[in-house]
Amino acid sequence: MLLEVTGLSKVFGGVTAIDDLDIAVGEGEIVSIIGPNGAGKTTLFNLMTGMILADGGKILFDGRDIVGMRPSQILHLGIARTFQNVRLFPEMSVRENVMLARHCRTKSGVLRSILRLPSFRKEEEETKKRAEEALGFFGKRLVGYRFDQPAASLSYANRRRLEIARAMASDPRILLLDEPTAGMNPRETKELTELVGKIREEKSITIVMIEHDMQVVRGVSDRVIVLDYGRKIAEGSYAEIAGNERVIEAYLGTKATT
Amino acid sequence: MTELLAARQVKLGDAIKTGLVAGIVAIFVSAIGMVQRFDSRIIFSSVTFSYVLLIGIFAGSGYQAARPPLRLEGYEAPKAGVRNVLAGLLAGTAGGILLALFILVAGTANLRPIFPNISPELVEILAFGRELGLGATLAALAAAVLGLLGGALQLVPQRLKKAIGGTFLWIVLFALLRGVLAPVTRGLGITSLTDLLYERQGLSIAGLVAVAVVVFSSYFFLAGRVRAARGGLERLPENRRRIVVLAGLAVVTLFLGAIPQVVGVFLSEVLSAAGIFLLMALGLNIVVGFAGLLDLGYVAFFAVGAYTTAVLTSPISPRFTPELTFWAALPFVILTAAIAGIMVGTPVLRMRGDYLAIVTLGFGEIARLLFLSDWLEPTFGAARGIRRVPDIALGPIVMKGPQDYYYAILLFVLLAAYVSWALQESRIGRAWMAMREDESVAEAMGVNIVAAKLWAFVIGAIIASFGGALFATRIGSVFPQTFSVVVSVTILVLVIVGGLASIPGVMLGALALVALPELLREFEQFRFLIYGALLIFMMLKRPEGLIPSRRRTRELHEEEVEQDAWLKAEAAKQEAN
Repeated sequence: MLLEVTGLSKVFGGVTAIDDLDIAVGEGEIVSIIGPNGAGKTTLFNLMTGMILADGGKILFDGRDIVGMRPSQILHLGIARTFQNVRLFPEMSVRENVMLARHCRTKSGVLRSILRLPSFRKEEEETKKRAEEALGFFGKRLVGYRFDQPAASLSYANRRRLEIARAMASDPRILLLDEPTAGMNPRETKELTELVGKIREEKSITIVMIEHDMQVVRGVSDRVIVLDYGRKIAEGSYAEIAGNERVIEAYLGTKATT
Repeated sequence: MTELLAARQVKLGDAIKTGLVAGIVAIFVSAIGMVQRFDSRIIFSSVTFSYVLLIGIFAGSGYQAARPPLRLEGYEAPKAGVRNVLAGLLAGTAGGILLALFILVAGTANLRPIFPNISPELVEILAFGRELGLGATLAALAAAVLGLLGGALQLVPQRLKKAIGGTFLWIVLFALLRGVLAPVTRGLGITSLTDLLYERQGLSIAGLVAVAVVVFSSYFFLAGRVRAARGGLERLPENRRRIVVLAGLAVVTLFLGAIPQVVGVFLSEVLSAAGIFLLMALGLNIVVGFAGLLDLGYVAFFAVGAYTTAVLTSPISPRFTPELTFWAALPFVILTAAIAGIMVGTPVLRMRGDYLAIVTLGFGEIARLLFLSDWLEPTFGAARGIRRVPDIALGPIVMKGPQDYYYAILLFVLLAAYVSWALQESRIGRAWMAMREDESVAEAMGVNIVAAKLWAFVIGAIIASFGGALFATRIGSVFPQTFSVVVSVTILVLVIVGGLASIPGVMLGALALVALPELLREFEQFRFLIYGALLIFMMLKRPEGLIPSRRRTRELHEEEVEQDAWLKAEAAKQEAN
């Protein structure tokens, strides 16, 4: 297993956000995580990327426990993410946003930057090239004159795409997408669904995705995990999940007892 | 949306409010003694600088009051017309009446026990030397006319507006800088130019006309060309562009190198003083502008640099007297500054924004108090400081006068500017920028925030310590009183007014805000008042600074383009209907 979460828990002031959770994701899988609002999906992502600290349990990435590591170290190991409420660097250009994600794969320090050594120039060129490549993954939407535009000037859908490009540019082994299709229209959603598949096929990146749109979930997931109140209540293929009584209950509420 | 609503109009009530504010400002600058102090400066014939100040206030209020309201979606674009000029007139009149009342009150009642600056001389200036009633009426009328003129300025096209404003500004500057230009023309051997431009006091008629014509025409005809030239430069192929840029830099360096020979001792002294502030502003720009860490205790690093230099070079430093040369001491200065940077940076790693500002403010004071303390007196001499810091020597050449010091300071300023530029366009520069915009995302995207923050503090500290080292040798002694919080605040003002994260902006800010008050002694006493007013004005009207960083320009430009596109689309829709 590439990513293995065991006995993970997180408590915010008296509210248990993640409760003794076990999840495993294999290399090359596309796993969707669904669940009602407040089920702890984003908290799980925050824990897996080190942005918040777990209260208990383990997160093994490629056999190593990453609990307690800094987010930058975790990215370096190969877990990259996007955010539910798109968080770009709005004043930086589209290209710079993506170049930044190469930070962990490059090493020019202050001295080399000041002296402008050939190794520095070469690395900068390479970073730029890789960034443009990552942006090129989205066809013509983010290339050309858009390279130099501030990220803030992009449309909403393009901002989501840019965030994915940024995460991909860090050469991750596993990509965590937090509601990648939120706020997109049906056509854009369809395009993005295909793209998620393409990322796995072409870049062989494992994908874990939080998603509300069941069309998307059905379209790409190998496996679906359902969370509610920080616990895993079901797991399986989309078909299995769709018929699961507990899942329906979690989404629609308890049946009235007559 | 097919029909556009009628354009929004200037509100006349607001115009009166603006005018009243201008009147209060005029009374304020009179009551604090600014007007009387500036009266000794003659700009042209019998127009003194105090009148220029008042003209600026009332004409400015008219201009501001007549400003067409922002265009909103669904409304027609507002066009300046008679109503706008009327708004200007109203503003001027309102302000003028207030000022006239002030003149009457100040002329009849004795306000000196409360406002020592409200003197009979002040009343005489404000009333144009006439008897009270007539003078007050004249003042009110003048203000009304100025408001009208200011309002009328809204009617002329943008380019002309800029040219008129610029001409006014440069005439005043030329008249004020008479004392500066005189040695320059002498240095260049063209004394006759000064004789032509100036009378015994203020500009001559010929000078006024000459300045006006030159400035006006260059504003009017060069408008847009500079940007076009820059665009042309950017379209050149890489290698040719590099040649052009290098040639430009060489010309600038030569020019900078020639300055002290041309301008003489006094101006070199002023430029050196400004240069040290500029150096530190460049350093603080890295911390605040690039990395977004609001450091209010920056003076601590300045002090560390100055004291390290003094201890290591002075023959009478209290404890150690290694008597190193300036250059031999420099590596130690860098080292101690780096350590100080880490010492300040480490405890504040987890702090952001306001909290960071408060804690660093404390660190700045701690540094000053440590150097002043009895505890460290055996090393730093407490209030007695350290004297006899030797001059900088370069082999057998000893840098003695301000003209020599100018070169030493120039060297460090160029170095700091280069380092700023090199770091901005690099991996660490991007990391700082990302950290400034969103710290937690930057960390999640692989930036080691601890390292990035510490590097910003360390590099900022080293540059400030250079400033301190130069300061110590230039003055020849160091005292703890020098390193007060005022220095930190001044440097921060330079950075913000010039333009955060903009290297040319910071340079302009430092020269304008440090060199100008040095040249115009009248300003000295009002320096912080002017800084404060300027800071408020900039934050409200131009938060990106005098010369915004390219990134910010791009963003503003973007907005214009978007708006234009929107307007065009709307026009097309209208036509279709």
